[in-house]
Amino acid sequence: MILARLLEMADYRGRIFLALLAALAVLVPIANLLVPPDSFLHIGTGTVVLLGKYLTYAILALALDLVWGYCGILSLGHGAFFALGGYAMGMYLMRQIGPRGVYGHPILPDFMVFLNFTELPVTWWGFDNFLYAMLMVVLAPGLLAFVFGWLAFRSRVTGVYLSIITQALTFALLLAFFRNDMGFGGNNGLTDFKDILGFNVQAQSTRVVLFLATLLTLAAAYIFARFMVTSSFGKVLIAIRDAESRVRFLGYRVEHYKLAVFVVSAVLAGIAGALYVPQVGIINPSEFSPTNSIEAVVWVAIGGRGTLVGAALGAFVVNVLKSFFTTGSLAAYWLFVLGGLFVLVTIALPKGILGALEKLAAKRGTRS
Amino acid sequence: MQRSMAASVGMHQSLMKKASMAGFLAMLVLFAALLSIPARAQSYDAAIDRFLSDSFPDTEAGISALQAAGDARGVAVLDALLDRRLFVVAASRTVLVRDRAGQTNDARTGQTVAEAPAGAVMVRLNNRLRGLAQAALGAMTLLSPDPERRRLAAEAVFRSRDASALPAIDKTLETESVPRVRAALREARAAILLADAQAPMAERIAAAAFIGEIGDQDGIGLLRQTLTNAQGQLREAVEAAIKRAEFTQQLRRAGQTFWFGLSLGSVLLLAAIGLAITFGVMGVINMAHGEMVMIGAYVTFVVQDLIRANAPHLFDWSLPIALPLAFVITGLIGIVIERGIIRFLYGRPLETLLATFGVSLVLQQAVRTAFGPTNREVGAPSYMSGSFDFIGMQITYGRLWILVFTFAVFFLLLAVLKATALGLHMRAVTQNRRMAASMGIRTGFVDAMTFGLGSGIAGLAGVALSQIDNVSPNLGQSYIIDSFMVVVFGGVGNLWGTLVAAFTLGIANKVLEPFVGAVLGKILILVLLILFIQKRPRGLFALKGRAVEQ
Amino acid sequence: MEKRTNALLYLDGVNVSFDGFKALRSLTLILAAGDMRAIIGPNGAGKTTMMDVITGKTKPDSGDVLFADGSVDLTRHDEAEIAELGIGRKFQKPTVFESHTLVDNILLALAGRRDPFSALFGTRARISPQRIREVLDKVRLADKAERLAGELSHGQKQWLEIAMLLAQNPKLLLVDEPVAGMTDAETETTAELLREINRDHTVVVVEHDMHFVRALDCRVTCLHEGSVLAEGTIDAVAANERVVEVYLGR
Repeated sequence: MILARLLEMADYRGRIFLALLAALAVLVPIANLLVPPDSFLHIGTGTVVLLGKYLTYAILALALDLVWGYCGILSLGHGAFFALGGYAMGMYLMRQIGPRGVYGHPILPDFMVFLNFTELPVTWWGFDNFLYAMLMVVLAPGLLAFVFGWLAFRSRVTGVYLSIITQALTFALLLAFFRNDMGFGGNNGLTDFKDILGFNVQAQSTRVVLFLATLLTLAAAYIFARFMVTSSFGKVLIAIRDAESRVRFLGYRVEHYKLAVFVVSAVLAGIAGALYVPQVGIINPSEFSPTNSIEAVVWVAIGGRGTLVGAALGAFVVNVLKSFFTTGSLAAYWLFVLGGLFVLVTIALPKGILGALEKLAAKRGTRS
Repeated sequence: MQRSMAASVGMHQSLMKKASMAGFLAMLVLFAALLSIPARAQSYDAAIDRFLSDSFPDTEAGISALQAAGDARGVAVLDALLDRRLFVVAASRTVLVRDRAGQTNDARTGQTVAEAPAGAVMVRLNNRLRGLAQAALGAMTLLSPDPERRRLAAEAVFRSRDASALPAIDKTLETESVPRVRAALREARAAILLADAQAPMAERIAAAAFIGEIGDQDGIGLLRQTLTNAQGQLREAVEAAIKRAEFTQQLRRAGQTFWFGLSLGSVLLLAAIGLAITFGVMGVINMAHGEMVMIGAYVTFVVQDLIRANAPHLFDWSLPIALPLAFVITGLIGIVIERGIIRFLYGRPLETLLATFGVSLVLQQAVRTAFGPTNREVGAPSYMSGSFDFIGMQITYGRLWILVFTFAVFFLLLAVLKATALGLHMRAVTQNRRMAASMGIRTGFVDAMTFGLGSGIAGLAGVALSQIDNVSPNLGQSYIIDSFMVVVFGGVGNLWGTLVAAFTLGIANKVLEPFVGAVLGKILILVLLILFIQKRPRGLFALKGRAVEQ
Repeated sequence: MEKRTNALLYLDGVNVSFDGFKALRSLTLILAAGDMRAIIGPNGAGKTTMMDVITGKTKPDSGDVLFADGSVDLTRHDEAEIAELGIGRKFQKPTVFESHTLVDNILLALAGRRDPFSALFGTRARISPQRIREVLDKVRLADKAERLAGELSHGQKQWLEIAMLLAQNPKLLLVDEPVAGMTDAETETTAELLREINRDHTVVVVEHDMHFVRALDCRVTCLHEGSVLAEGTIDAVAANERVVEVYLGR
């Protein structure tokens, strides 16, 4: 039974994907830690961090694909869940600084001293404990998604309307987190982290471990998502995407399914955010900006939605492109490229890169 | 009517003030020369003599003598005294007045003195003298032929509450015919009486009531001051007057909030009308809508730039010239987007959303490349700048014209939809595409035109919004979410709903602002909207029934 | 409950209005278990609105909508609950899960636990393939079992949807315009299929095609402007003056 289920889950795409991740997990640490820096096989720590960042984006894309690709819910606010997870992690890292801040306050982070806080706000209590912080990484986005989804799906807000209110949600949070009196660092956000679980976040070894953790999380998230979408649950999700009212008239509680997948997806996004923050070294309100969320949607669209692997691939490809364009004289053209990708993928590649590749492969196959 | 007349005179006045203060004073002196009669001249000369000793008691006597003389030349002397421009030369027993332009004249003869003599000493002042001089000046300028000057004088008296100005006030009131000056004089009179412990009780009570009725901030201050040492009947009267005045103030504040709300609502409506066409009527999610607004604003910038360089005298015409240009340019861009992208995506709203978002990024970057990332300066033509007072509220012309413009666009659009062939075809196509096609309507053409119309209106909005917002490549982004909210809140496909929604949101925003602050107010509104959409997913004025579901 | 009736479905005095437009005016319709009923009427007569009321999509302004001998007040339940109670509905436009195989389509429709948890952890997966084949056999689609529903022709999608209703095993089937867009041969087969289904189920069919209605060989109700204009055998209704005037035409 279980074996049958596993076989059903592991399609060829998934096998290639997991094999790729495994290869990265072995090769990147070796190339960074063991290969001497002057060798051309050496991968710099900066690159490891960059790769780690892309992988967190891949997790976010995976989360988005679960709701959009499989259930037809186009969330333009997933960046909010990502950012909430990131803030929860950021708060833990801030508390770890302890008295080593510029102002040397034993408890309060620098920005609070600067803003004349006299004591730690309730929202920050317990964040010195790693387990509590990790609980919040899951709970904060999960609860928000639950409350929001419960309201939205129960009243049958669908399609574009849902997209717009998710965008409004992240916009509202953006405005809120910009405020200094919210106690989350305002405009500047949280940064200047020192260590995580006692290890220096800047250290090369910590960087590699964080990279591996992200890689592992991506693999686990993929396997979990794949388990979901190949189960009857996933079949109902796809059915909802294709003909929501039919599902309802068959006696399913559509809102429960939507809520379940939305919350799971939000939690995944939150975890991605939590992995993002220690690697990038900062979290600020701009992560809530609606543009970030919609950019994530385009990763999924470009990779190929409803495939999981495609979403991760899209996140990777687009961000490699982005790094290439924004770190040189081409910076001015990046938005042209990104905008063009949006248009291209919706009109010419409705199934994304993965769909196009598979079509190509299928053609080759029939020819030979 | 009177108010607005007063306002326009006030405008004129302020312009004049800017133009030449010195010329104005010169005119005053000239006028004084014409008015002066020999009898007064004598006492005027006597008053001037008092200043020669430059001792505080003598100066005080001089001030009151000048006021008593009632000679208009005294105005310049007192003005100079207050401004440290009054000098005495003990040796020649002359009093010299240096005017604002720097020219020195003999106070008695009015002759110009080439250069201040060596022994000239500035007449000293203390606070008490300063107050007296101000009161005297106030009382004297009450005689000025210029109504604005008289009003300012009355206000000065109101502030000084110098009982000695009372006769002058009463005298002016007898002949005063300009209403706003009369009002100021009566207020000043009431203030004097109220402050004067010697005045008859009945008059003081009446004065308190009068000030309470006017209900301005200065009046409340005066009443509060009086309250500290008022007893009995007067105390009651003052308390009642304060209540009354505070109530008026509250009304005025509510009125001001309402106006700000209306103004914000008109901006929201302006930004959303185009979207009400593309999203509301056609069902196309156009995320590049905000960029159409932005491009409209840049068209205004370019038009103004060209005018500045080639025909500066046409500057006031920059907006009327920019409007049709913006409409045509953004309309054409809209048609290109519709034909090039959107038409392949009908029936796939989510894809349309993504593709148009891509377009918005491209347009933003294009403008950034062409005009730079920073704010560009768009000037306000003369009729868009300045403000006027409307029953105690400050209303800026720019905001007022935008409100008017918004309504004009709204009703014009309504007329286009109701009465023109395009409007008819538009509605036919959106209601039943196949039927419309089979009746010979070129649906593709109608789609393109409708989208062009919606985009063109966004461009018009951009011209207007360039007057109140920063013209930068990011201009559009700040409007897109609000615009969608307005359209969704009002009910998709319902222009009137959009109108009501825009003003409701505008006013709600401004009502909340004083309580929770601007940012939190906006967040609250967004949260309320999210809740509202969940309660009524189809908006305020939703179409009901079967047709909507399909 | 309010009333004891012996009817499977009991509608009485049902009113529905949309923005002042009265879609149903004191509509009455009573069906005994095992009945087959054809509903005809011009566009806007209220046929689909009636279906919406029965399946809980639209709440009536007033009137009784009772099910199962009057034991259930349908106005108090939503779509999913009503489906669970045993009312299945086929839409006007064929609505199937196009990216699923026919087998999965039927699988999703088969009776069983419908909560997300059991869906995720597999209790739903233990449904015998036997049962699925039976249902597909009935609608003559067994040979396409592993194909995607999206590849079916319009008529075949209509049948698949009917098959999904059968898999639900409802007491009452509401079928909205099942033969719209079908060839004559397909129409013939569909009529046969519905008669077959009627052996075990109560069926309400909304249809315009008089030829098809005649082939169903059942009682006919003609609706007009939201209420019943005529009811009886096909011949009696077709001969009714008013029916001819507003619907069939002279």
